[in-house]
Amino acid sequence: MSFHPFVIPFTAGAAILFAVIVYKVYKWTTSLDRKQKFIVKQNIFTIKTIRAISEVFREALIHRNIYRKNPVLGYMHMSLAFGWFLLIVFGKVKASLYAGTFFEPPWLAIFFNFFAVEKHTFLFSTQLTFIMDFLLLIVLSGLALAFIKRMKSSLLGMKKTTRHSSFDRIALTSLWLIFPLRLLAESTTDALHSNGGFLTGSIGQLIPTSAASFMELPLWWAYSLSLFFFFVALPYSRYMHIPIEVVLIFLRNWGATAGEHHSGYTDIQINSCSRCGICIDSCQLNFAAQLGNVQSVYFIRDTRYNTLSDEVVNNCLMCGRCSNECPVGLELTLVRQQYRNKEEIPGKFYYEYTKSIENQENIDVIYYAGCMTHLTPSIIHSMKKIFASAQVSYWFMDEDKGVCCGRPMRQQGFVQQAKNLVIKNSRMINSSKAKLLVTSCPICYKSFKEEYNLNIPVMHHTEYIEKLINSKKIKLKPTNITAVYHDPCELGRGTGIYEQPRNILKNFSLLVSDNERENSLCCGGSLSNAILDLRLQLKIRDHALDELTKERPDVLVTACPLCKKSFVHGNKAAVMDIAEIVAKNIVTNKKVSEKVYSNELYGVLINE
Amino acid sequence: MKKTDVIIIGGGPAGIEAAYDLARNDVQVFLFEKEDELFGHMNIAATLFPNFQDASEIRSLLLQKTKHNNIKIFKNTGVAKVHKDDKDWHVQTEKGEEYTAKAVLLASGFKTFDAKYKEELGYGIYKGVITSVEFEEMYKEGKILTPYEKKPQRIAFLNCVGSRDEKVGNHYCSRVCCINAVKLSIEAKKLLPDVEAYCFYMDIRMSGQFYEELYRKSQEDYNVNYIRGRISEVSPTIDNRLQIKCEDTLSQTPLKMSVDLLVLMIGIEASEGTSMIAKQVGINGEYSFAKSLSLHSADNKTKNEGFFLAGTCKRPLTMPETMADARAAALEIGYYLKGVPE
Amino acid sequence: MKDLGFSISKSRTIDLDKADLSVYQKIIDKVPSAKLCLMCGACTATCSARNHTDFNFRKIHLLFRRGQFDGLADELDKCMLCGKCRLVCNRGVNTRAIVYNMRIILDNLNYKRIK
Repeated sequence: MSFHPFVIPFTAGAAILFAVIVYKVYKWTTSLDRKQKFIVKQNIFTIKTIRAISEVFREALIHRNIYRKNPVLGYMHMSLAFGWFLLIVFGKVKASLYAGTFFEPPWLAIFFNFFAVEKHTFLFSTQLTFIMDFLLLIVLSGLALAFIKRMKSSLLGMKKTTRHSSFDRIALTSLWLIFPLRLLAESTTDALHSNGGFLTGSIGQLIPTSAASFMELPLWWAYSLSLFFFFVALPYSRYMHIPIEVVLIFLRNWGATAGEHHSGYTDIQINSCSRCGICIDSCQLNFAAQLGNVQSVYFIRDTRYNTLSDEVVNNCLMCGRCSNECPVGLELTLVRQQYRNKEEIPGKFYYEYTKSIENQENIDVIYYAGCMTHLTPSIIHSMKKIFASAQVSYWFMDEDKGVCCGRPMRQQGFVQQAKNLVIKNSRMINSSKAKLLVTSCPICYKSFKEEYNLNIPVMHHTEYIEKLINSKKIKLKPTNITAVYHDPCELGRGTGIYEQPRNILKNFSLLVSDNERENSLCCGGSLSNAILDLRLQLKIRDHALDELTKERPDVLVTACPLCKKSFVHGNKAAVMDIAEIVAKNIVTNKKVSEKVYSNELYGVLINE
Repeated sequence: MKKTDVIIIGGGPAGIEAAYDLARNDVQVFLFEKEDELFGHMNIAATLFPNFQDASEIRSLLLQKTKHNNIKIFKNTGVAKVHKDDKDWHVQTEKGEEYTAKAVLLASGFKTFDAKYKEELGYGIYKGVITSVEFEEMYKEGKILTPYEKKPQRIAFLNCVGSRDEKVGNHYCSRVCCINAVKLSIEAKKLLPDVEAYCFYMDIRMSGQFYEELYRKSQEDYNVNYIRGRISEVSPTIDNRLQIKCEDTLSQTPLKMSVDLLVLMIGIEASEGTSMIAKQVGINGEYSFAKSLSLHSADNKTKNEGFFLAGTCKRPLTMPETMADARAAALEIGYYLKGVPE
Repeated sequence: MKDLGFSISKSRTIDLDKADLSVYQKIIDKVPSAKLCLMCGACTATCSARNHTDFNFRKIHLLFRRGQFDGLADELDKCMLCGKCRLVCNRGVNTRAIVYNMRIILDNLNYKRIK
């Protein structure tokens, strides 16, 4: 006889959960946008599927990403996830071997010790009993760590841990009860029938038979009920990440990405967030400005429960530090961007007033300085000097009547307006005879790369200068000033340009800073955050500046005019853009063209 | 002899005036000046506003005062440390020598805002962008010339550079730049009657006696033009001049023009010496200026007994105010030395 | 004769008794630094859109303060949100946030977030 009424809660809960998940995943995958569906279909029957399976194993079960952040934290997640997974697998194996068939009732594996009270004689029975108890112990150890983390997160290497909603608390409590109840239930049954392993058996021996016979059924009921509550609460809690993360990993390996507009893939990403809270520690609004309620984890939580406020959507630097650290690899910046998007009004055109300037000369390069660069004119003059030294003919496209690249508009969600700006600039660029577009501003650079459809390649001036140096068009004097390079958010994490500036700076004594490359700190001057209080912005800037100038470099080098402006006003160190430091140290043995370079670049910005 | 009655840190107008008043009252004074020359920023001035008083006359008056027997001047002597033990104040110079006095007067003055922080105005990038200090020096030599050694046709003055500016952290008004701009524009017109002079302002603050009259005179007799609008970008033109862009707020239209020289009226900040010493003795106030005990009732004293303040180490002041402040400080120090009760 | 922008302010007196000054209060609630503006014009001087057309942010802000809203919504469409104005403002006014909030207050339909 392998049925008892107490299995009903578990079975009902599991069935409901299964149905809900299938329905949601179906709904989301069918509402992927056309581009995503196309790219997924292309990649389903390729090696990417194998890669996806391997990633599911590595990340969803073993949690390698979290291990790298903090081993104890990684063990905690792994023991719960992988431990439970193995319990299910081995439990099924054990139940099938016992019943002699593959199609035994699903609850048999879960409540095995209750139903299989006679001494086991099937294959591997002793080993399996041992394994089950061992896995239970692992899971319980992970649970203990989770409990400690909730009480004192710093012991597990996390400065702050997520505050949870009430659904989460129900799910959390029932989850935490499942395994202790299983332990007690199995031990109580062992007290009566001696069918436990090393763990349940030892505890079973401590339980007097009188108490056991009276406690046995209530404990199994409680175990089943806690499973029921957990399954039913799961789709509305953070634990939805357990099934959905697997779906996410497959779709991501098949090439899906968040894109410009909301789609089913966005919902999948939102439901894959496990609320682990790692993004809180990496957010500068948290540790430099003490603003603790707008981080990505809260943004996602509010989106799920439909309580998203304007403040949370808008108060983000979009610096990308959180996406960089997210162990699930969610595209947090793109998702937040989607929620900023405003409705589009068909048939309405903006920026009709902008004057288009055409240039039909035979030029090599179009130079687009960017709006902000006009406020740091020494970058413009450095670039002019570099062009002149390399004898490159160029058209300074936004010298007089520049049109903004459109990305600041885009970041505030005004998609339609941004598209109009893109069209205006694209027309001017595509109708010229240039072969390359060079820009000084990383924001414009990212915009050109991602939002424009140009018929010529685009480079940031760091890439271009590196190219000029490598092809020996310009030569640098050796110097021995010490420099620290700051990776701007939009250039580094935004477009992956890390090495080119460093190659240029090999000429100088480049110091290494703690937070660099993907871990670089935002200068605080982000255009994505239109509502941050100025004082908090300055706090973020001061913190970043302190970190960068710890080793007292002669000069702080950056590649973005916004970063330069932010840091200069911080008054801690001399700040120069890469173009400036190159122009200062160029070996000019040719007479620089008078027309191009009429004002001598003087003004010492570092003490030599 | 390393012991004296009063040590004065700073040999500018405040320091010298206070030294003289103390010396006249039979007090022994050591005056430390870190530069090679006395008079501090007064060395830059050709004339003093509002009445175009010849600055060199005032300088020679002050020089006479320094010759009093009771004053001993130490040039090229910067002060590194100041501290007090039970009774006396000890001052250690940068060269390492120690001096003792019963009282110390901080008269370490100000420094000017470094205009390179306002990069969009082109200082340090375009030769035609100069500071008010550099312009005054040009005037002193009698040669106001464009960077290409020609006579300028147009000179623009931009007020409030480095003052009233949240971006560089100086929210305060430097008081003297408005009247100084009026003075400089008149000087430009005196030297070059044909030049056009434009003053770009956010406000015109004529807060002293005869200031408003000078402003009026600049319009009436010298044809100086005033435009209410803040220049926010400077760019070079094809013919090697500077193009400035601003909004003419009074007519609510954008305005641009080419100029030969752009003079930035840079503001006043606490000097390095002021902020260092103020921090050492615990009296550093807002923006690193030195903080007096009470603005209204004890402006020369500090919370440290025997430590006094005079002049622009406290806040931006005009020359007459600085001299008056120095005399007040001398009086206070005199009472302190004699033990006269409050 | 040059168009001095009188299209967005009719030539009549500003009657502060009749004007609706509570709308500006909504801006101040969202962007407290708007109170600090002293109308110096640095923002308009550096504005990207100003190079092409008669867009005058300072004037729009002033008219908004005085409760004169005619024509402002269309004018605000001209802003490219590039952010140069905020970088030059002496008082630290968050000019971009003012444009953003003005757009939302004046033209609710156009700038609603997609739900």
